[in-house]
Amino acid sequence: MVKPSRSYRVFQGVNGVVLTLVVLVTLYPFANIVSRSFSGERQIRAGEVTLWPKGFNLTTYKIVFQDSMFWRNYGNTVFYTVVSTAVAMILTTCYAYVLSKKNLKGRGVLVGVAVFTMFFTGGLIPNYILVTELGLKNSVWAIALPNAISVFNLLVMKAFFESLPTELEEAAQIDGLSTYGILLRIVLPLSKAVVATMVLFYTVSFWNSWFSAFLYMDHSDLMPVTVYLRNLIAGATGAGNAGAGTAEMSQVGASIQAVTIVLTALPIICVYPFVQRYFVSGVMLGAVKG
Amino acid sequence: MSTSTTSVPPPGTQGPPPTKAPPRRGRRATRTGRRRALRRDWQLYSLAVLPLLFFLVFRYLPMIGNVIAFRRFEPGGSIFGEEWVGLRYVEMFLSDPTFWQVFRNTLWLGGLTLVFCFPIPIVLALLLNEVRRRALKRFVQSVSYLPHFLSIVIVAGITLQMLATDGPVNHALGWFGHDPIRFIQEPEWFRTVYVGSEIWQTAGWGTILYLAALTTIDEDLYEAARIDGANRWQQIWHVTLPGIRPTMITLLILNIGTFMAVGFEKVLLLYNPLTYPTADVISTYVYRAGVESNSFSYAAAIGLFEAIIGLVLITSANTLSRRTVGTSLW
Repeated sequence: MVKPSRSYRVFQGVNGVVLTLVVLVTLYPFANIVSRSFSGERQIRAGEVTLWPKGFNLTTYKIVFQDSMFWRNYGNTVFYTVVSTAVAMILTTCYAYVLSKKNLKGRGVLVGVAVFTMFFTGGLIPNYILVTELGLKNSVWAIALPNAISVFNLLVMKAFFESLPTELEEAAQIDGLSTYGILLRIVLPLSKAVVATMVLFYTVSFWNSWFSAFLYMDHSDLMPVTVYLRNLIAGATGAGNAGAGTAEMSQVGASIQAVTIVLTALPIICVYPFVQRYFVSGVMLGAVKG
Repeated sequence: MSTSTTSVPPPGTQGPPPTKAPPRRGRRATRTGRRRALRRDWQLYSLAVLPLLFFLVFRYLPMIGNVIAFRRFEPGGSIFGEEWVGLRYVEMFLSDPTFWQVFRNTLWLGGLTLVFCFPIPIVLALLLNEVRRRALKRFVQSVSYLPHFLSIVIVAGITLQMLATDGPVNHALGWFGHDPIRFIQEPEWFRTVYVGSEIWQTAGWGTILYLAALTTIDEDLYEAARIDGANRWQQIWHVTLPGIRPTMITLLILNIGTFMAVGFEKVLLLYNPLTYPTADVISTYVYRAGVESNSFSYAAAIGLFEAIIGLVLITSANTLSRRTVGTSLW
């Protein structure tokens, strides 16, 4: 091993500084939002809140916790996410399994049908008209059905199924298992890792989504929590108005936004450290074949 | 040997027995082949029915639904419109000054996103690649991926709070004796705000494919370069960058493909009527014209125009790349 040159050691030092800055720039906004959520409204307005809460209090959390619309929308988010993920998993798994059969007649066409939609889509207006005319508005199906298959996820799953050894399936076929039986009892138990990854991909994307609901839901009690937050940001409606009875309550606009951001992001941030590696490996798998 | 069931060939005649002329693969043959495949694999095909229905209804019907760009549409009527009106809506948007404004804004935002958000992950990946301490590298990666997993509403909310007149950015400006800037209300700041928030959200996650490509570069190449007297910079220039070039080109093509679509949801969350002069893009204009003002045909015409440009961009980028450097998506 050659001793690193002086200029390389200088580079390593600079590199360390740059990457530390990257970490700080990424994390600082989170720290600031959290400290805002615990701060007094007056201190926020005065621009005093940076890294630590100023005028520490839990009033804002209490106000948000008491807002029944917040909880109802949070419940909607859970409900929409569970239903949409279930639908998406069933359709994606079935199609990915079919596409993974290399000898299937017409497979190329079936793949093409899916891949073409990655590059050309109908666009907002025809989709909006379609969902409206199908009468899906104001129901969970307006969120679940139009987003049922993500072609990227489909290709990841297909690549995984293709990598499974074919001998097991052939043996099961000889033992008289039907195609459905093979998929349910042989293939899926072998694919727990990729199924878990796909469930995560879909869960996070439905949990985070807001635009479908914003577009297709007409009443605020049908909205997911992301739209609740969006409305707070847009200053349109929300807890700020709901609690406008007392002078203290009408003062809490900025910290209410911070509290809602914290509460909406919290589930994702809590599971993030444990699931991050599944995302990384899933994307790699997709990149190799996609 | 698999000839046990057929008649054993007499000794001396080796190889397979002469076969009959291969069956003519006419239309008849493929049809029976198709029927046989259907009979053998019908269970597999049945699994594809629901997904195909999904693609048909929710992907291909809307594509066809774009004909309302050339037809009069009535809410509650057919999703394909009532009667042909030719290019009336196309002429309408081509003579609409707002359209040209949002067209310019789209090019600006798309261009700036490409110039900043495409190269930054490459640089970040190269820097991460030079980190020798495993734990440190992992930590930086984990932290920088985080914003990617948050809802775009949260990202927009954080952006607005950071840039509020009482937010930390203006606080920092105060140290230099600068008056607070109303980033969110001033049109001249929108592009900076948008691109900045986009970098914050995507730069870390964008490194992931480059880091994967970097690990596949053969160590021997670096060894050889060192023996030839290449210093660190020359190694990066002559070994590392060529090693990740296919990844760079693939992602560049994909980026060019989404050029016209810009971050529709993010713009929708970050803009307001005060910043329309720089922030309003084609997709947000389509949204307002169609969903908010009910000019469905007019909005669909603009949307179709955008989608076609997107398709042309990605196809030409792909062809150009295949001809010049031999990397392509398809």
